[in-house]
Amino acid sequence: MREKLNSIDHFEALQDRLVSEWDRDVPTIVIPAGTCGRAAGADELIHATQQEITSRKLDGRIRLRITGCHGLCEMEPCVLIEPEGTIYPKIDPTEMARIVEAVARGEVLEDLLSQDPETGARIQKQKDLPFLKKQVRTILGRNEMLDPMRIEDYVRSGGYSAMAKVLARGAPAAVVEDVKASGLRGRGGAGFPTGRKWELLAKQPSDGGKFLVCNADEGDPGAYMDRSVLEGNPHSIVEGMIIGAYGTGATEGVIYVRNEYPLAVEHADIALQQARELGLLGEHILGTDFCFDISLVRGAGAFVCGEETALIRSIEGKIGEPRQRPPFPVEKGIDNKPTAINNVETWANIPIIIAQGAQQFAEIGTANNSGTKVFSLVGKIRNTGLVEVPMGTTIREIVHDIGGGPAGNARIKAVQTGGPSGGCIPAEMFDLPIDYDSLVEAGSIMGSGGMIVMDEDTCMVDVARYFMNFLKDESCGKCFTCRKGTQRMYEILDDIAKGSGTLEQLDLLEELAHVVKDTAMCGLGQTAPNPVLSTLRYFRDEYVEHIRKRRCPAGVCKELITYSINENCVGCQACVRACPVGAVKGREKEQHSIDAEKCIKCGLCRNVCKFEAVDVT
Amino acid sequence: MPEIGLTINGLPVTVDEGTTLLEAVRFLGWPIPTLCYMDGLSPYGACRLCVVEIGEGAEARLVSSCTYPAQEGLKVRTASERVLRARRMTLELLLASCPQSKTIQDLAAAHGVRQQRFKQEYEDCILCGRCVRMCEEQMMAKAIGFRNRGENRSIGTPFDIKSDVCRLCGACMYVCPTCQLRCTYNEPERAICGACANLTPPCIDKEQFNDMMCYMSPCVACEIEKEG
Amino acid sequence: MTQRANGPDSRDIRPQQGVDTKDIREIVARRGDERGGLIAVLQDIQARYGYLPQEGLKEVAEGTGRSLVDVYGVATFYRSFSLTPRGKHLICVCLGTACHVRGAPRILEQFQRELGVGVGGTTPDGEFTLETVNCLGACALGPVVVVDGKYFSNVAMPGVKGILREARSGSTRLKEPAAQASAR
Repeated sequence: MREKLNSIDHFEALQDRLVSEWDRDVPTIVIPAGTCGRAAGADELIHATQQEITSRKLDGRIRLRITGCHGLCEMEPCVLIEPEGTIYPKIDPTEMARIVEAVARGEVLEDLLSQDPETGARIQKQKDLPFLKKQVRTILGRNEMLDPMRIEDYVRSGGYSAMAKVLARGAPAAVVEDVKASGLRGRGGAGFPTGRKWELLAKQPSDGGKFLVCNADEGDPGAYMDRSVLEGNPHSIVEGMIIGAYGTGATEGVIYVRNEYPLAVEHADIALQQARELGLLGEHILGTDFCFDISLVRGAGAFVCGEETALIRSIEGKIGEPRQRPPFPVEKGIDNKPTAINNVETWANIPIIIAQGAQQFAEIGTANNSGTKVFSLVGKIRNTGLVEVPMGTTIREIVHDIGGGPAGNARIKAVQTGGPSGGCIPAEMFDLPIDYDSLVEAGSIMGSGGMIVMDEDTCMVDVARYFMNFLKDESCGKCFTCRKGTQRMYEILDDIAKGSGTLEQLDLLEELAHVVKDTAMCGLGQTAPNPVLSTLRYFRDEYVEHIRKRRCPAGVCKELITYSINENCVGCQACVRACPVGAVKGREKEQHSIDAEKCIKCGLCRNVCKFEAVDVT
Repeated sequence: MPEIGLTINGLPVTVDEGTTLLEAVRFLGWPIPTLCYMDGLSPYGACRLCVVEIGEGAEARLVSSCTYPAQEGLKVRTASERVLRARRMTLELLLASCPQSKTIQDLAAAHGVRQQRFKQEYEDCILCGRCVRMCEEQMMAKAIGFRNRGENRSIGTPFDIKSDVCRLCGACMYVCPTCQLRCTYNEPERAICGACANLTPPCIDKEQFNDMMCYMSPCVACEIEKEG
Repeated sequence: MTQRANGPDSRDIRPQQGVDTKDIREIVARRGDERGGLIAVLQDIQARYGYLPQEGLKEVAEGTGRSLVDVYGVATFYRSFSLTPRGKHLICVCLGTACHVRGAPRILEQFQRELGVGVGGTTPDGEFTLETVNCLGACALGPVVVVDGKYFSNVAMPGVKGILREARSGSTRLKEPAAQASAR
């Protein structure tokens, strides 16, 4: 149990003590163990490291820090050595003995370092990785500095100072002014200015209480930056919300986390408990008259709950069905009380704005789009991971300079941003600076920051169909045009993907898409046609090819492709054994063949073939 | 009650605060088609037929008039090209799913929708939720409700078994807009769907008819029972 | 108005095996007043039984004072709730966009073929339940399959058999089901 802090001085004394007791020079092994890190084997690394340190009696001489995700997903499981900043990617637990030994001696293990993909030169320091060079990691950079389960780590690295600063200053209105001056726009999608939202909330009568919500229902498939922030630095969210509550007069906070993120739920829960123990949450925070507490609500798997009014219903324990706005949540939200909702990344920016000052924050990025934005760069890209860049960075810089270009041989043809509400931006437009307004103009949206790279092996009709399939299930089903519209769009796309579509259907699809956009009540329905409209806008010829020539240029749509075996075949029989329906025939050491009648186009033969002998046409 | 000034189809009007756009427009005599709306039930905004255009220029958008409150200075257009296009497509979608409903056929005809280009389905329910609201708000029963979501959404009782709280009052069927003819079977000239013949009258399982609040008027099943 | 029905519509629902009404009352008492109350209650019940038993939902309706229609509506609206018992091993194939473009649909088909069940189905021997999820946020590792909480990354079709074998042997049970936080 931690000692409760009763004053701002008390807090500062704790922070000073933590900083002075910290010896920067003690070598530290940092192991990122977010969800992906663990999935890739971080737990085994941690276990091995602990054993090695103990068996070599190095306790106290080498520190081990288990952190959240650093966003270097391609390198997981990796090990970072402080204070030098040496990074070892894709480490096997059996290597830990050598690494611990080397750290103890202050040496670097050349053979374990990562290599530059072009020159082959070894890269020792994390900051020299090509992936990180163009990034500005104001938010993500803190993840490696702290163990998310230890509030002391956060406090030592400067955490809760912004909150203490605000409480000491004692002018709530100034907080809202700071956020307004920073130009911060909501990181959850539409980019509504956060300061303005807070100002509206502050103006609401406070008699019955007011709510602040952290929307961590990161439902866009392909986006996981909110997960990594909540997992890796939950206290930054808690601090942001406390500052927000002080500025707006909110009395209660809610963090709404999606259920698919168990580690984020756990870390947020621990963070709240620890903040309460220290007296940073609850009654009379740091001995002042300011009271505020936060509760944690787990979602239960519904994409539509990312929509504000649906999220409120869900917090109230009801069906997540959006309702008409006005009244806006800021007037009538949870239990009909004024409520302001911001997403995880928005909250994580608040302590930074207060600590740096609004002016300095506004200097990063562009005029109408200040600060940095975190993206999850995934799909057909070499360096998968979390990317934090100033607003206004071009897509090309992210995809090619940071992402390292295509993962395989196929050319990159588009990136998809904004999840199911967004659209596909073609490679010809990669010089587009990324900000809220440019993306909308291009027919997509910023969304929460998913960026899925697609190459020539990705079929755009299939992508549109994928999103419609997603949306027809995730629509709450209330608005007739959204419910039936997504079903009918899926139906037409499915026809086209199966080669039975007509050009008339293509026109009908476009007509329907516009009407669904117009007539749906909530954001989900209004943006649901975006994947269709944007692919029609930039990749109409792919649709036409499916219809006219009954051909899928990317070789994805099953009904339109055939598998055959070419002369590379050595007759190894791997595909014969693998085929689930017995469609592959052939004797040993003779070229095999595929019975097109029997073939179910599962692709297993192509997957098991080691000689590139299976063609798709 | 404070009044609100707005413009409907170019005509400046004043209405009481809290009035919805649908109420205002209909009070002034302009027609707006609806399916999920019903006097006496809370507006729900599910059928999207009552959309009107508000705002101007790039800010112009469609909203369901039954759920949108009148706001000071709002400019409302009830029959702009955009509204009509949306309405026609909505009706086309409705026709594609529930072609047998006389109400939908009439609405489609009135709006010049003469074809539907989707794959024909034969569903009965458009999930407008009138019955759900009737059951909850007027009959205070909460025997039926929405289940599942998205394409799997349906209306019915929990677990699809007869509900303990259902009094078999029949109000849900009475208010259904797509199967209206069930309730007009005493007017043979309008009764063409024949659904009533396939229905179990709500009272059939009951022992005491007099305690029921039956909405199937002028159903005479109980009268026959009494006579017999 | 609250006249109770009698006769044919009085339900005869027997408590299903293993549902302890005391247990459920206790969960309702503990969770009912929290924010998101009903959802939290259902999550705890699902964590306890692996699914939401019919009798349990009736008990929840009584305990929370919400109508059964509301409770049932919530239980069927949210995807993480299941109204049918699941198999011994839960296989969850991620169908997020990143996994999709890397071939997740074919991985799913392969599981369907191997298990002979559709999405949401449980094998007749009660061993496996196959489910999908719309993104686990582990996109760098796609296609991702989670079996009883153990993550399998970069899954390829030939690897499906091995995953099932590993699941059968019980070695995926190392961790708690990560796909459902409720199980914590």
